[in-house]
Amino acid sequence: MTLLVLVPFAGALITAVMPARPKLWAFGFAIATLVVGLVTMFTAPDTDLVWMEPLGVHWALEMDGFGKLMVLLTVALVPITMVAAVKDHDKRWYAWALALEAFALLTFLAADLFVFYIAFEATLIPAYFMIGQHGGPHRARAALKFLMFQLGGGLVLLGALIGFFVVSSDAGSPSYLISDLAQLDIGTTAQRWIFVAMFIAFAVKAPLFPVHTWLADTTEQATTPTSVLLVCVLDKIGTFGMIRLCLGLVPEASAWATPVVVVLALISIVYGAVLAIGQDDLLRLIGLTSLSHFGLITLGIFAATREGLVGAILYMVNHGVATAAMFLIAGFLISRKGTASISSMRGLEKATPVLAGTFLVAGLATAGLPGLSQFVSEIMVLISAFDYHWLVGVIAVTAIVLAAIYVLWAYQRIFTGPAQLSRRPVSDLDRREVGVLVPLLVALLLFGFVPGPLISAAQPVVAPLVDVIQAGE
Amino acid sequence: MFESPGISYATLWPVLLVLAVACAGVVVEAFAPRAARFNTQVSLALAGLVAALAGTVAVGAGSALGASTGEGALVIDGPGVFSQGLVLLVSLGGVALFAERRLDNGVSAFAGQAAALPGTSAERTASQRGLEHTEVYPLMMFAVGGMMLFCISGDLLMLFVALEVLSLPLYLLTGLARRRRLLSQEAALKYFLLGAFSSGIFLYGLALVYGFAGSMSLADIGEVAAEEGSGPLLLLGIGLMAVGLLFKTGAVPFHSWTPDVYQGAPTPVTAWMSAATKIAAFAAMLRLFYVAFGTEGDIWRPAIGVVAVLTMLLGASFAIVQTDVKRMLGYSAVAHTGFLLTGLLGVQTDAFGSTQAVLFYLTAYGFATLGAFAIVSLVRGPNGEVGSLDRWAGLGRTNPWVAATFAVFLLSMAGLPLTAGFIGKWGVFAAALGAGQWPVVVVAIGSSIIAIFFYVRVIMLMFFTDPREDVATVSTPSYATTVVIALSALATVVLGVIPGPVLSLLVDAGGFIG
Repeated sequence: MTLLVLVPFAGALITAVMPARPKLWAFGFAIATLVVGLVTMFTAPDTDLVWMEPLGVHWALEMDGFGKLMVLLTVALVPITMVAAVKDHDKRWYAWALALEAFALLTFLAADLFVFYIAFEATLIPAYFMIGQHGGPHRARAALKFLMFQLGGGLVLLGALIGFFVVSSDAGSPSYLISDLAQLDIGTTAQRWIFVAMFIAFAVKAPLFPVHTWLADTTEQATTPTSVLLVCVLDKIGTFGMIRLCLGLVPEASAWATPVVVVLALISIVYGAVLAIGQDDLLRLIGLTSLSHFGLITLGIFAATREGLVGAILYMVNHGVATAAMFLIAGFLISRKGTASISSMRGLEKATPVLAGTFLVAGLATAGLPGLSQFVSEIMVLISAFDYHWLVGVIAVTAIVLAAIYVLWAYQRIFTGPAQLSRRPVSDLDRREVGVLVPLLVALLLFGFVPGPLISAAQPVVAPLVDVIQAGE
Repeated sequence: MFESPGISYATLWPVLLVLAVACAGVVVEAFAPRAARFNTQVSLALAGLVAALAGTVAVGAGSALGASTGEGALVIDGPGVFSQGLVLLVSLGGVALFAERRLDNGVSAFAGQAAALPGTSAERTASQRGLEHTEVYPLMMFAVGGMMLFCISGDLLMLFVALEVLSLPLYLLTGLARRRRLLSQEAALKYFLLGAFSSGIFLYGLALVYGFAGSMSLADIGEVAAEEGSGPLLLLGIGLMAVGLLFKTGAVPFHSWTPDVYQGAPTPVTAWMSAATKIAAFAAMLRLFYVAFGTEGDIWRPAIGVVAVLTMLLGASFAIVQTDVKRMLGYSAVAHTGFLLTGLLGVQTDAFGSTQAVLFYLTAYGFATLGAFAIVSLVRGPNGEVGSLDRWAGLGRTNPWVAATFAVFLLSMAGLPLTAGFIGKWGVFAAALGAGQWPVVVVAIGSSIIAIFFYVRVIMLMFFTDPREDVATVSTPSYATTVVIALSALATVVLGVIPGPVLSLLVDAGGFIG
């Protein structure tokens, strides 16, 4: 299982020094990671080696159903993004992307909190350079803002990490294995502090209101392949951590904090969607829709019913696919028009029917149209929201209406209406671009009609969490 | 009848060797011809340090560990010997940086003739003749000897003597910069005056503590304090002695010399001093507070806690507004003192406790600061080193390797995972939190966030900003400096990825003994 982390990491190093055809090498390593990922998913045993004995740190990796879904999402998205990025990114980006993949996979595999933390923080360095080296004119500022938010969150998480060490060494010998930490009997006050620290860190990552402000700036300035890796892979670590660590390790404190978290999630849902409607910059728009989606995911997690959690896990996968498609399509569009401003585009559906069609499909998937993937997960989350409290459900449902508005209105402004008279004719998607989008769109349809396998992968992970929480109540 | 104290030469010879090499250096200065001095001094210093390091390792691995010698004046225990070894390691790097002559047209970073007034014809003559001060090596060796004694001092007098032996050469070395000499001399004077005051205060406190306990030995003081409880004499003594040590480590409110001295001193001196002094001072401080004042923890912990909070906040905030890289690193050193003091708040345990945390932090910080200042000495313009951060903009494009290495050191100081600084930070925070000092840890986390901002801003400047017309250039150094930088970077990364062996070594070394 260590191999799954080592392959992309080695790939990053090799890509960085390879003088000839580095992008091809990077792509090769991404494919190799995909293969290794698929193989380890079914065959590899868990890893558990002592790493730093005095601190109780183990190099421990394992993959449960939830981990498998996240690994699958990651290893699939990276090569797709690489193909999309080929024209306007140099080899530095490819090397960083592989490094990012390695650390992201490590967070999803980690069975030791210390390892999780190290990977959690280490993802930021590649992400920082990916934002800073390619993108809009203000990318350095955006990269700095991104990094400050994330590192701030990370340091707060460090507080929780140390708290666990103190509790664990008081109880005997220190150990950071998540399975050992789950056995600890942590006092109520300590548990609440640890929860608050972890939740802040994951809320910054995910992101949630009110620590979301880095998101739109980053997606606006970064290139779209970078945004895909950030929003669709990296941000998932936030919600992944909420489930794995908040619910898994401090369930009582999680139940204690649920009302506040639910309110924050609701604000994120509505506020993100309303802001998205008002955006003129297409990339900001997509970034803010994610704020709304992460609100829904968080709501599903903390409503803490079986449907809610399964829905949230599914949502993480589906949002990853749908938003990746949205970003990439937007990127193709922007590379043709040279601007991300919606108001400077109109009537493009005649010149670029394929582009318009894929945008509509991906957009409607984002908006939760039945038959496309996100619908199933959204319904499950909403059911759990109504279970939690009818008012919460009512507010959360507005997300669907608002999502329809921002997707369709953006479509209307960009693609319908009289065509622009342009000196430069706008060409439709070429074969490479279609090739990038086909797997994503197929996945959207497939997961929409056949969500069964995803649900059955998530079920066994969710059941014990829900049991613990309901026992606590 | 007076009995002469028994001295265990078998465990003390590394210290004595360093001091002997220092004396030999003075003799060389007097008798060797000018042309031969540089090579003689450098090889003497290097050989002495390597032999002393080997000796220290042998002592650390030997059976004599845990004994005191010289009637308890010197204590050979695990943490003490570890910090001695650390001092020797960074001093080896220091000698290599001192000996760098390739950066500035074949002369070292030290003034040609320190006695020549700046701007006079005497100075020009000295420069033209290519004079240089090879006295810096014996001076440095005296300081190293003092630091090694400071790490293992078991009584108050030895503590004071060691403090003076290590301080006086530092004052001199600070004033010896070849370029911007007025700045350097001002820094030296400031350092000397404030240092002299703080030594006086330290001595006063020492006398009061002796008055309380009737003994110079730290272990005896600890016993008396445990039996009789504290008294006004002891409290006052603790306070005054703490002032002396806090001054050396650059803690607020005794920090004001730090940025000036870091900026004014020749960069090789800054590199070595920032690492070595901090190691020695914290080793002595740990021993003093745990062995002698261990029972008075309820009294000094809150006070040190307040100092730590102020030091972290002030150091980190002031570093943000600095425009000179050496001053910025100076204020960052202040902030690091605060983090180290946070670690001091913990307790000694058999497992991973305060001592281990602080010593690991010192290891991580020592290598990072040595390497960072070594790189600062490479970044130059027509008039010597370029301190102004504006002119560092775009360095990542013109010199990616140098900028990347500098980034590694900065990230380690910022405490990012997979660098040594992260484990160090984790350790000191864990030690303090384990002792229930959560308010200080909260402030420490807040200060870390502030500190990250200025470290990352430099990285942003180097990599994401377009180079200006007068962008600084990177001179090619000799092998010695390259090796120092490479090894420091390697240590920073290796200690971050596999800290296990060093951590185990520290745990095995145990705590300070009386």
